Amino acid sequence: MNIDLQAREITPLRNTYAHVAQHMGGDKVASRYQEATFGAQPMTNFHYRPTWDPAHELFDASRSRVVLADWYVLKDPRQFYYATWTMTRARQQDAVESSFQFVESRGMVGMIPDAVREKALRVLLPLRHAAWGANMNNASIAAYGFGTAFTAPAMFHAMDNLGVAQYLTRLGLAMAEPEALDAGKQAWLDDPHWQGLRRYVEDTLVLQDPFELFVAQNLALDGLLYPLVYTHFVDDHIALQGGTAVAMLTSFMPEWHDETARWVDALVKVAAAESDANRALISQWVSDWSDRAQAALTPVADLALGAQGPAALGEVMDQFRARCKKAGLAL
Amino acid sequence: MSNVFIAFQHNEESRPVIDAIVADNPGAQVVHSPGLVKIDAPNSLTIRRSTIEEQTGRPYDLQQIHINLVTLSGHIDEDDDQLTLSWRH
Repeated sequence: MNIDLQAREITPLRNTYAHVAQHMGGDKVASRYQEATFGAQPMTNFHYRPTWDPAHELFDASRSRVVLADWYVLKDPRQFYYATWTMTRARQQDAVESSFQFVESRGMVGMIPDAVREKALRVLLPLRHAAWGANMNNASIAAYGFGTAFTAPAMFHAMDNLGVAQYLTRLGLAMAEPEALDAGKQAWLDDPHWQGLRRYVEDTLVLQDPFELFVAQNLALDGLLYPLVYTHFVDDHIALQGGTAVAMLTSFMPEWHDETARWVDALVKVAAAESDANRALISQWVSDWSDRAQAALTPVADLALGAQGPAALGEVMDQFRARCKKAGLAL
Repeated sequence: MSNVFIAFQHNEESRPVIDAIVADNPGAQVVHSPGLVKIDAPNSLTIRRSTIEEQTGRPYDLQQIHINLVTLSGHIDEDDDQLTLSWRH
């Protein structure tokens, strides 16, 4: 008797789904990101027009003044689909959890000078509300935007902003009593330093063009706010005055901002490169909204950095303009 | 002249690594067998972290290859950015 082991190779007849292959120019091996994105956008046979917006179909590219022949060109360079995004964020969450435990177990908050601790809370806690606004805005982009390549990462971005808001809340609870959160909200509502930023956020909540909203929130505002607060204020100011714990507890924010800036820049670059009209339109939006953002952040820079505020904000603006230039915009 | 080879499990995680190896090593030959991808190359083969990152679009730790690595042959020269197999001492 002879017992033999054999391996049979069964090769698939096709490499990927037809609706994915259509967008890849042929039946090629597709990544999970491509299979999760291409062909996923509903294009026809919609439910009847919504009563709250009869001028548009349920999914309607004309909600934006940006014109693209194919909205799938707005590919995410990070190639995030649900699984890779959740796994990446889960790893980052573990790291932040360790930071919180480290700070708490060594009583590092108690070692921060009182003035520095209070300054950190006064600047960071009202930003919970700005992060909430960013969550709302990105959810709006996901709802009214056209094209899965554009809207799916926007929903991830919305949840990320919720995470930022939650980390700021935990920072407040780690460094003070729960009343500090209420004080932060009162400051957001009443303190003159915050009213410019608050008005900016509230005005963006009613923007109807999803791509303009993307530019106003994710590029113009966050592109200035994050470097100002987390690089210039937390790293270069608070950490150097005995507040290293604050830098540890907010470590997610600058890291996340740099990662998502790749996505934001890629979308703006591709959309602007498609036509002169797009380029002019997007450049105008970036120019107008970043001017407003700079004005809104001037009192915040003053609150955070005092006399160094204007110089820090100026440096942030210079880097922002360089970033926009790299993306092919004309500011 | 001898071949070096490296073999990975044939799955989604190893795909960008294999694409990077093929891109960086012009003499490389890819052989498929059930569940396995073997890459043979004359003399030497280099895996570069930066090329893998171009494929994935995200930061990649070169040590991640070990999750799907089945076997290899050759002398190993390894650092954070590259792994080279060769028969040169």
